[in-house]
Amino acid sequence: MLQIKNLTKIYDGGVKALDNVSFEVPDGQFLAVIGLSGSGKSTLLRCINRLIEPTEGQIIWNGEDITAASQDEMRRIRRKIGMVFQHFNLVHRSKVITNVLAGRLGYVNPAWSLLNRFPKEDIEKALQQLKRVGIAEKAYQRADELSGGQQQRVGIARALMQDPKMVLADEPVASLDPVLAHSIMTHLEDINKNDGVSVLCSLHFLDLVHRYADRVVALNEGKLVFEGLPKDIDDKKFKEIYGRDAERVG
Amino acid sequence: MKNNKKASPWNSIKVGLFSLLAMVIFAYGFQITKVNLEELRSENRQESLVRVTRALAKPEIFEYEQVEEIVNFPIYVPCPTDGSQAPVPEHNATEPYIVLTPSCVNPGEIIEVEGFNFAPFTVGPLRFIPGSDVTNVVSLGRENAETDADGHFLVSMKIPDRTSDDVQYIRATLRRNVGSPHFTQTARDTWNKIVETVFLALLATVFGTVLAIPLSFIAARNLMKTVKSPLTSISLSVLGWPIGILIGFIAVRWVGNLSASIGSNAWVNLASILLSPILAWIGLRWALPQEEINRPSQTVRLERLGVILLVVLVSFYGLFQLASLAMSAGKNLEASLGSFSFLGYFLFQVGDIVAIITPALGALAAGGTLSSFLGRLGQQGSERLPVSGIKILNLILTTVAGATVLGLVGQLVEWLYQIGEPMYTLWGPMAVGAGLGLLLAILSKPKESLPIGMVIYSITRTFLNALRSVEALVMAIVFVIAVGIGPFAGVMALGLHTIVSLAKLYSEQVESILAGPLEAIEATGANRLQTIIYAVIPQIVPPYISYTMYRWDINVRMSTIIGFVGGGGIGFLLQQNINLLNYRAASAQMLAIAIVVATMDYISSALREKVI
Ligand SMILES: Nc1ncnc2c1ncn2[C@@H]1O[C@H](COP(=O)(O)OP(=O)(O)OP(=O)(O)O)[C@@H](O)[C@H]1O
Ligand SMILES: [Mg+2]
Repeated sequence: MLQIKNLTKIYDGGVKALDNVSFEVPDGQFLAVIGLSGSGKSTLLRCINRLIEPTEGQIIWNGEDITAASQDEMRRIRRKIGMVFQHFNLVHRSKVITNVLAGRLGYVNPAWSLLNRFPKEDIEKALQQLKRVGIAEKAYQRADELSGGQQQRVGIARALMQDPKMVLADEPVASLDPVLAHSIMTHLEDINKNDGVSVLCSLHFLDLVHRYADRVVALNEGKLVFEGLPKDIDDKKFKEIYGRDAERVG
Repeated sequence: MKNNKKASPWNSIKVGLFSLLAMVIFAYGFQITKVNLEELRSENRQESLVRVTRALAKPEIFEYEQVEEIVNFPIYVPCPTDGSQAPVPEHNATEPYIVLTPSCVNPGEIIEVEGFNFAPFTVGPLRFIPGSDVTNVVSLGRENAETDADGHFLVSMKIPDRTSDDVQYIRATLRRNVGSPHFTQTARDTWNKIVETVFLALLATVFGTVLAIPLSFIAARNLMKTVKSPLTSISLSVLGWPIGILIGFIAVRWVGNLSASIGSNAWVNLASILLSPILAWIGLRWALPQEEINRPSQTVRLERLGVILLVVLVSFYGLFQLASLAMSAGKNLEASLGSFSFLGYFLFQVGDIVAIITPALGALAAGGTLSSFLGRLGQQGSERLPVSGIKILNLILTTVAGATVLGLVGQLVEWLYQIGEPMYTLWGPMAVGAGLGLLLAILSKPKESLPIGMVIYSITRTFLNALRSVEALVMAIVFVIAVGIGPFAGVMALGLHTIVSLAKLYSEQVESILAGPLEAIEATGANRLQTIIYAVIPQIVPPYISYTMYRWDINVRMSTIIGFVGGGGIGFLLQQNINLLNYRAASAQMLAIAIVVATMDYISSALREKVI
């Protein structure tokens, strides 16, 4: 179970990106995070694995206080949290398989990384993950030779390599066309349903939310303005989340 | 345009004043730099310009074996009053001879010299030899004689103002080339020096690049910004460096002595060299398991630490043995390889270098290791211990660390300037350092993470910028004083300049990498080293290669002139020949420089196209 308690993030410039946000995510849930651009979705997700240092509040995961973890502990915590990004964030000049293997970096001994060596089992596992997301034949191509949808699959394979207990997905389909979006979301759903991994996924389209999410939290200017089931987002709630002038399209 | 300027008299006046100021500055510049076209037009200048240009156009590269035909012909200057004639030398019809008309003249008059039977198409000077000695080497005046197909020439010559009652001579020296051309001594010297030049550039570039890469990471803001540590950890790692260096130095020296006492028997050397990496590898495989899900127990970790220490000692032993083998093999090869003896020399030098840098390497490695180990200890301590305990610990550690650092700086000053007063170079700085440390410990919150990364970044940047502003030539002068005239000084100077300028360029590249992959790798739980290897390095390889090649071009150019200040390479020869007014030789060297620079330029641009 992930508990977010009174989380606040104020950036150096003084922008309050998260304002006293609290909610809980039971294990195995698919949680959608919605909100306008700039409402703090990315900030929230990055606070959870402390890519961004929260200013105040606590994040407690299975009883362990992430916000108080030391660097060493953070390494162990992060390796159990996979992350998928809007712009895929692959290392372009590296091979696909290297990008996938990077998911093991939290586990392997750093001394062996100096020699760019991974255990044999990891390499086999990486190929398996690539097969799982359907691009086994691309393993030895350079990452930037792949199309966007393929790159996002590599991103998912990388997260899977971590044997994650939780996946943070920051707008994983915002750079993809609708068909690809569904195929990527299906992979996330598969991880969620079959491996029992919690997924926290920020999304822009409500139809995706309805189709894939178990629960929704909505942010507006850093504040939590909605928490509930996707079907509970009625017109009134919608206007609260997205502003009075917004029109429903999805 | 955001703010459209309104036309106003004040603006026009400003423009006027500005142009006036510009004019004054420009005019002053003219005077300072002594721009003077008059000088360019003066006859003296023009003459020497022509002479030098002509010499430069004929680089001294090839020469022929030459044969000379010398004919002397007696002449009276002025004509004797008694009407006697100079004795006409005997000659037969096949030998070369000359005829003068008239046979005697007064000083300053013109005489016609006609030559017969010389070799066809030869050239040479026609000179007046004063005094009565035919073999006199002193000569006056000079006309150029050039024979036609029949070996005949006709030249009129002005007799100089040298009167004598004795007979004097006109000498024709006609030269011609025989055989095929061969290289001059100049050409051979130039070749040797140009090879030296290229290798000077190569060594400087290689050393510079190798050392600039780690520096560039420290000088990159985006990597260092996130490096933060609590004070306990910082002061412990500061203390770790000197202690570690000392321990490392002693330990490696001990290994060195051990290796030396075993002797330089080639078979023992060879066996050690083969065995030690294998042992080290086995040890490492055991002590550093590739993947570990659970934390090992304390005893296991201690055992591993011990094994790693052993592995390190064994590796250094292997290095010493390698050096020893290389040196003895090099010496033998140098004696037996004949014209490939430079390979032996190289092997010997490599061995020597390894033997010299191994202790330094060990010291640095031990310093770094102990520093990072103590730093982690400090980190864990400040996470676990209570605030008051940390505060007291900080007070003590920071005071000691401050005192150590400034004390060491003081000792460096002492060593440099030999002041000889420990008050100023040891106790004083230590007291100041202790005070500063104490102040820092009092002012900072005990568990707060301090931006130590940015401090290191700023110091490195300042240091790089300061050194970068010193020209490589100036550095060369310093190194010539330090290590003597020769290419070694040049390598040091160029290498140092390469390090600082490449580190700056590289670090800018590191700063401009995409943040996304970095973030993604960090999110997997990778530590800092792994993040650099997997997210930073793949992104910076192409710009690093292209900057290295760019630097290589610069180094080739620089190495051609670094000899001007004694730094070795072809510049030394060039400068010497210019000073000796030996322009034809200088021309050969300039030509060589041009060819080398152009070739290297071409090669590097071709490579660049291929790699990137
Ligand atoms: N590094 C930063 N420094 C300062 N302010 C930032 C930084 N990153 C984000 N912000 C600000 O914090 C607020 C929340 O940003 P965030 O990226 O979390 O929004 P978001 O919901 O992910 O938006 P989007 O849908 O466009 O990705 C914004 O106002 C943004 O300008
Ligand atoms: Mg975002």
